[in-house]
Amino acid sequence: MDRRTFLKGTGATALASGMLPMLKVLPASAAPSGVAVVAISQTINSLDIHRKGTNRPSYQIAVNCYDRLVSFGTKTMPDGSLSYDYSVIEPDLAESWEATDSSITFKIRDNAVFSDGSPVTAGDVKWSLDRAVSLGGFPAVQMKAGSLEKPEQFVAVDDKTFRIDLIRKSKLTIPDLAVPVPMIINSKVAKANATADDPWATEYLHRNTAGSGAYTIARWDPGQQIVYQQNEKWTSGPLPGVKRVVVREVPSQATSRALVERGDVHLAFGIPDKDAQELAAKGDVTVVGTPIENCVYCVGLNLNFDPFKDKKVRQAVAYAIPYEEIFKAAAFGQGVPMWGGASAKPADVSWPQPFPYSTDIDRAKDLMAESAFKGGFKTEFSINLSLASWMEPTALLIQESLAKIGIETTVDKIPGANWRTAALVEKRLPLHLENFGGWLNYPDYYFFWAYVKGHLFNSSNYDNPEVAKLVDETLHMQTDDPDYAPKVKRLIEIAFDDVPRIPLWQPNLNAAMAKNLEGYEYWFHRQLDATKFSVG
Amino acid sequence: MKPFARLRMVLGRIGQALPALFGVIVVTFILTRALPGDPAVYFAGPAADEASIQQIREALGLDRPLYEQFVYYLGDLASGDLGVSISTGQPVLEELARRLPASLELTLGALLLSLAVAIPMGVLAATNPGRPIDHICRVIATAGVSLPTFFTGIALVFVFYYLLGWSPAPIGRLDFAYLSPPPITGFYTVDALLDGDPETAVAAAGQLLLPMITLALFTLAPIARMTRGAMLQALGSDFIRTAKAAGLSQRVILIRYAFRNAMLPVITTLGMVFSFTLGANVLVEKVFAWPGIGSFAVDALVVSDYAAVQGFVLTMAMLFVLLNLLIDITYTLIDPRIEAND
Repeated sequence: MDRRTFLKGTGATALASGMLPMLKVLPASAAPSGVAVVAISQTINSLDIHRKGTNRPSYQIAVNCYDRLVSFGTKTMPDGSLSYDYSVIEPDLAESWEATDSSITFKIRDNAVFSDGSPVTAGDVKWSLDRAVSLGGFPAVQMKAGSLEKPEQFVAVDDKTFRIDLIRKSKLTIPDLAVPVPMIINSKVAKANATADDPWATEYLHRNTAGSGAYTIARWDPGQQIVYQQNEKWTSGPLPGVKRVVVREVPSQATSRALVERGDVHLAFGIPDKDAQELAAKGDVTVVGTPIENCVYCVGLNLNFDPFKDKKVRQAVAYAIPYEEIFKAAAFGQGVPMWGGASAKPADVSWPQPFPYSTDIDRAKDLMAESAFKGGFKTEFSINLSLASWMEPTALLIQESLAKIGIETTVDKIPGANWRTAALVEKRLPLHLENFGGWLNYPDYYFFWAYVKGHLFNSSNYDNPEVAKLVDETLHMQTDDPDYAPKVKRLIEIAFDDVPRIPLWQPNLNAAMAKNLEGYEYWFHRQLDATKFSVG
Repeated sequence: MKPFARLRMVLGRIGQALPALFGVIVVTFILTRALPGDPAVYFAGPAADEASIQQIREALGLDRPLYEQFVYYLGDLASGDLGVSISTGQPVLEELARRLPASLELTLGALLLSLAVAIPMGVLAATNPGRPIDHICRVIATAGVSLPTFFTGIALVFVFYYLLGWSPAPIGRLDFAYLSPPPITGFYTVDALLDGDPETAVAAAGQLLLPMITLALFTLAPIARMTRGAMLQALGSDFIRTAKAAGLSQRVILIRYAFRNAMLPVITTLGMVFSFTLGANVLVEKVFAWPGIGSFAVDALVVSDYAAVQGFVLTMAMLFVLLNLLIDITYTLIDPRIEAND
């Protein structure tokens, strides 16, 4: 076996037989066409999104090696880059579906096959969705968001017909089937590798994939790289323009940037705002920054803390924040400003949208004078050390500004491992920064997590019965329901006025890529989708 | 020293190390548990609810009382099972077996390079005290130790990779285009040569060069300073004066008498520098995407990944024990007096 065959993609038979051929090929700049090289900064810790402890970067395996019943469409953004399209649900493994008030019935495409050539059946779909709701942890929580909670809901009617019995009719059910979690696994392969202790084959699928997606895994060197190999039997879309994708883990952002600038990698994924700004200015590589849908970086004011119970104080803080400076210093101008909204009443249901506040220290001082805390007060301003790159400059600028209206703050840095407990579970941080973003792109879904008492991302302990009622009414309602828009507008209006969370900006997901790489697409899950890649 | 006596010394040393190792096991176990942060919460992910966190806690065995966890841990250790690292998803033993050689290859390479530069430098400085060459050596050593390694690393990458393009892409032990050689020693350069594949060996050596220089610059100072000091002391001692009076050549005095005597403290320093560098080159590993043991340990520590931290500390402790033993044995080879006192 010639060493050169490995990356040229002709070594597939040798790979299948379990013998990895040796290879010797030139660096990416001179790599044979048909290979794309990607640098990511984090490590992939599993090939199975359902496994406990699987981290976010590993979700890309579910995206690239598996299909789902349905998928989202693709749209072209104003800057010419590609983004998934939330408003369009497309067939994936299901060729059609019919929804009634109590169930949805999917017809599975006749030609759909797994990478081993066996057909995709309704039994595989049932086994996979059963697995997604049964293993617990994050997958179960995500499935629940789409009202997909118990195995009894999933019925394999015949080989090619699959039915979901609904607990309730919800607009979130179909979109939730298009997120990475409900991926369809080859149940024959999985069951062959399951044991009595491990009926869901978590050990096997942790290290192997068994899907029908665009790629299979040619090699996984934990802590170093993943090599995707094109699945020639893929039926859910046009075959990728590359035979292989090498995803290399490069922890240092500086190194990553040097690699893409030198042309040794085709794509540096998830680069910092500062590099995005500078690389875009230089123009040697294409920089794509896509605003992350349904995500806002904001200041949280905890209503368990006396001064922040006072709406006047909260509004004073909202007027005191130096938005413009923060956007320049912490986001390097990358993202969408969330301040300076035109009116106290939202014009439409778009979310996130700019709040009607901008920096006005006099106004802030007046509001403080009208509040019960005329003399000012002292508090701690907490930030997450894992996100210090934007939280630290933001906190320092806000600290300086708040001092002008009599609020003295000390910056409290909390290690990443403790942040969730302090901010989201115990909800004990009086003043803090928060970065929640929802996968399902509806305002009511955001409000459900972030503005309802007791819900996880409501780190402000905000409690408003009207908001709770409106969220309850809109969460499962279809968006074309005549009641939907007025109710959501009312929600946003309350958020504008009450400001338990003060939005700063909507962040970008940045990627820098060689000019000859085509097919980069933004997804809400913020992980690499290589299914449309081609290298010119 | 007779071979039998030396064997007894080695066994004695290993025997002495056992209580220390047990102490390390206990202390690491307690310290990792005392860390703030709840691994179950962390690994459940941000959107998890109470029930899913509890499931993870049970899966990790963290719902059991501490002493029970400890007994389980000891049992697993006895059967050679170090547990599974939750942050990397791999068995700790596998991780260590893969990453330790990477770190060792880098550290050993750096130390050899460092020795090759620092010892002549120290000797030169000692034989010309107060002269310009002494000052130059001092400046180089001080600069090397004062520049943080991540800075030296990034500066080297910037110049030799980004600007000049002489160095291969800093993406780990091998360019993505090569496959790792079949593991024998775990050192890619050595394994590739054993496999009869000079091309891969050269590629691996190329990847090794910049991080090696970065680390060598950092370890240069203590070795050079120690060599200089020890040489000065040796050169000022009575037996050298006698040797000079006896009319021995400058070369013989310097190498056979002064240098051999000066090596003892240098080797002690070397042992310290080695063990320090092995675990502490996290920043170099990050800059060069080197899959080493230091970044594994730090990443594990940040997320309270107990099994990984414990495995790392235990391995390092065993390594220290072995290293000290090795140094002691080297002493007896170099210094005849130790044998006499034994």
